[in-house]
Amino acid sequence: MQIVDRRRNPKSKSLGNRQRFLRRAKAEIKEAVRDAVKTRKVSDIDAGEEVKISSKSLREPTFSLDSKSGSRDFVLPGNTDMVVGDAIPKPPPGGGRGNKGSKEGTGEDDFVFALTREEFLDVFFEDLKLPNLVKTKLKSVKSTELTRAGYATDGPPSKLNQVRTMRNSLARRIALSRPSLAYLEKLEEELAEAEAETPVDEAKVEALRQRHARVVALRKRVAYLDPLDLKFNRHERVPKPSTQAVMFCLMDVSASMTERLKDLAKRFFILLNMFLRRHYKEVQVVFIRHTNVAQEVDEETFFTGRETGGTVISTALIEMQRVIQERYPESDWNIYAAQASDGHNFSDDMVECIDMLQTSILGQCQYFAYIEVGSIDDGPYPSSEVWDGYEQLLGENPNFAMRRVAEPGDIYPVFRNLFSEETKAKTG
Amino acid sequence: MQETENESAATVSTKPLFEGADWNFDLVKKAYDACEEIGVGELELDIYPNVIEVITSEQMLDAYASIGLPRMYRHWSFGKHFVRDELHYRKGARALAYELVINSDPCINYIMEENSMTMHTLVLAHAAMGHNHFFKNNYLFQEWTRADAILDYLDFAKSYIARCEEQHGANAVEQVLDAAHALMQQGISRYPGANRTVSLARERERARERHLYEEQSFNDLWRTVPQMRQDNGEDGEADKPAPSSNSSQLRLPEENVLYFLEKTAPKLADWEREVLRIVRNLATYFYPQRQTKVMNEGCATWTHFHILNRLYDKGLLTEGSMLEFLHSHSSVTMQPAWNDPRYSGMNPYALGFAMMRDIERMTTEPTSEDKDWFPDIAGNGDPVGTLKRVWAEFRDDSFILQFLSPRVIREFRLFGIHDESQRPHVFVSKIHNERGYRQVRQTLSEQYCVSTIDPDLQVVEADLQGSRRLVVAHNVRNGVLLDRANCERTLYHLARLWGYRVKLIELDNETGKVLKEHENLRMP
Repeated sequence: MQIVDRRRNPKSKSLGNRQRFLRRAKAEIKEAVRDAVKTRKVSDIDAGEEVKISSKSLREPTFSLDSKSGSRDFVLPGNTDMVVGDAIPKPPPGGGRGNKGSKEGTGEDDFVFALTREEFLDVFFEDLKLPNLVKTKLKSVKSTELTRAGYATDGPPSKLNQVRTMRNSLARRIALSRPSLAYLEKLEEELAEAEAETPVDEAKVEALRQRHARVVALRKRVAYLDPLDLKFNRHERVPKPSTQAVMFCLMDVSASMTERLKDLAKRFFILLNMFLRRHYKEVQVVFIRHTNVAQEVDEETFFTGRETGGTVISTALIEMQRVIQERYPESDWNIYAAQASDGHNFSDDMVECIDMLQTSILGQCQYFAYIEVGSIDDGPYPSSEVWDGYEQLLGENPNFAMRRVAEPGDIYPVFRNLFSEETKAKTG
Repeated sequence: MQETENESAATVSTKPLFEGADWNFDLVKKAYDACEEIGVGELELDIYPNVIEVITSEQMLDAYASIGLPRMYRHWSFGKHFVRDELHYRKGARALAYELVINSDPCINYIMEENSMTMHTLVLAHAAMGHNHFFKNNYLFQEWTRADAILDYLDFAKSYIARCEEQHGANAVEQVLDAAHALMQQGISRYPGANRTVSLARERERARERHLYEEQSFNDLWRTVPQMRQDNGEDGEADKPAPSSNSSQLRLPEENVLYFLEKTAPKLADWEREVLRIVRNLATYFYPQRQTKVMNEGCATWTHFHILNRLYDKGLLTEGSMLEFLHSHSSVTMQPAWNDPRYSGMNPYALGFAMMRDIERMTTEPTSEDKDWFPDIAGNGDPVGTLKRVWAEFRDDSFILQFLSPRVIREFRLFGIHDESQRPHVFVSKIHNERGYRQVRQTLSEQYCVSTIDPDLQVVEADLQGSRRLVVAHNVRNGVLLDRANCERTLYHLARLWGYRVKLIELDNETGKVLKEHENLRMP
């Protein structure tokens, strides 16, 4: 008999099967994930999901007998008071009672299982790509990182590589046959013994003395640790693409933005934030709200705080520029911006906004998305000051996009549409 | 189960094997040795050498998902079962089995790390002794499986399928596997002599030869020859100027559909034939297990019950362990009544254990009823020998037909139901009385007979010259037809493998009348 401990075996042996399964059920999973976005609270979207899919593509059919045809005899346990000839009404179809019925589960077409957070996000953001990544790489070469780069014979003591050094030392000592300390001690012992003997064997003592002197000399000549042995860790500076991004959320919070519209905008911001997090090590989010004045606020205030006043969008853009200059130099940061508004603005402000975007902000940003939130009641394409104004930016600025959103269900399609790989600037 | 144990037997003052729930490798070893001493020493069970593997619950789920076989090849359906089982397990809706044992030589027993020492002892007695003996001695397993070859064969199958995935793409392999799995139950040659047991060396050699032949006979020129040539040339049999009635050449009818496809399907590539063969071999490997659920569990349960009681008698188990064991034993061997919400068919543990205990009782304390019903074994005074003979020579249906006693029928209060699909009611046709015993026994036995519970399908016609249509016949018993939706989906898989149209006719086995026809034109 033999006992084997398999607990340390690599985990997730079934990963290959799981991936095959996910690929198989892809269409259904996608749908389920899409539904999850519509109905779930924004805050738990980031977590793993239990998804329910219909198992149409997961069927494993076999030739099986139809329990509703022909006649059959079978035996059941647990008779209490029945005698031959008693009639028992059949269970309604689908109710799994009796031998044959229970084999066919009723809920076969619904299949519930859990996706991990990564899998969920993979499906969620599948085929989506960050626009203008090329530019990012070119831009971000400026920052560097120290990486290991072999060993050097020179360096500060703090970088001494002890293992390498001692290995060299040992090799050299063996090669040059440096007597060990133990050998020297043994020799000294023998010498002392020989000297203590009576009568003293002068010849032997002399021979030992000479050998001792030779050993000491040799040990002195071949050092224990020689400068030759020293090895130091070497590091090199390697240019590294910047992996940090900052996301600006700009939102109009004037009275015309109702809670519902704000919620729409929030969903969009959250999606963008999750999306960026998948691509960058570090994503910072800056919230700027504005009425006729703009200010940077924290998330809580951004979504819940109430303000009154008119609407001047350019104030937010000015504030954004100030923050960029102060904290996020464009050489180090990938800058993304999403602006949400209901489309109202003082019409003479639009000129200034467009001018600012045109001349500076769009040049600094990787991407600038404008989301106009509204309700379906407003008709399919209500015109608004902001929409009309921004429309002229579309042609010459590939990193600018604008979309309309009227319902929570729209958010995800619109988002996908913005970032899907073959992004073509289509309005509407 | 009401039998009183001879618990009062001389309690020797030995130290218990273990106390408390914690386990370690030394204790498991000690417990195994104690079990072996009783199992092999006293009962003289004949077992394969055991390997005990300690695994985590996740690994147990893994093993579950790949139909209990380690080193299974990859397929999405195993992933599907894994995610479902995992969810159930995490929610606590389903507990995992305590053990999993593989019919192989050496016999591999899995034990789960979170179980208590008592449970480990139970598992060792149950699987490493009981199941192991059954695997090694039952005639079905001897005839259908090669315990020494299965693990190597699985390795071969796994790497072969992985190689196919590399060469032909995961999707192509998946399609063939899907289709082969759908026809798995039709991948068995049921009649003795026709079975083709697995030998790794032979299989490997054959796969290599097939590949070699392919390489040697490869000539790029063939590509330029018109397509028709290839269609004919690919299958040897098609070259012969066969009339439409080539059934005798193809040795039709053939019940092993996968075998037939592997040999005859015109469009399959060589690797696809090999994949069919792998699935077919696995189906054959599992075939005995499907036919011996009651006996196999009965044997193992009887064995663990005997061994643990003996351990207790010898003073090797503490009272607490014994109670823990009895608790788990009685929940495993519980049979809910038909109208109980927990009812999900006959519990093979309960029925098997009750029947084994009954045989044991009959040999030592026979009643006059037993003497009437079982004159050969009643009172023969050799319970273990009798049981071992039974374990070796029967399978579920013959076992029940032979040994289900009136006493067990009464104990389980078994009754027979007759169900006509047209009627709104089912009728009680027999109960546990003098007139009913034999009928109940007969019906229950049929219920365990795989040849009556599986649909009887045969390839009856394959036209390799003209329309290339394949005809499969379903031999309908008692008017029970195939489930239509499933049948059509499976037929689609069949058509995919065959490459051309497939027709399925359902024939009444008494009148020969065609009851229903299904047809599948191959989808593009």
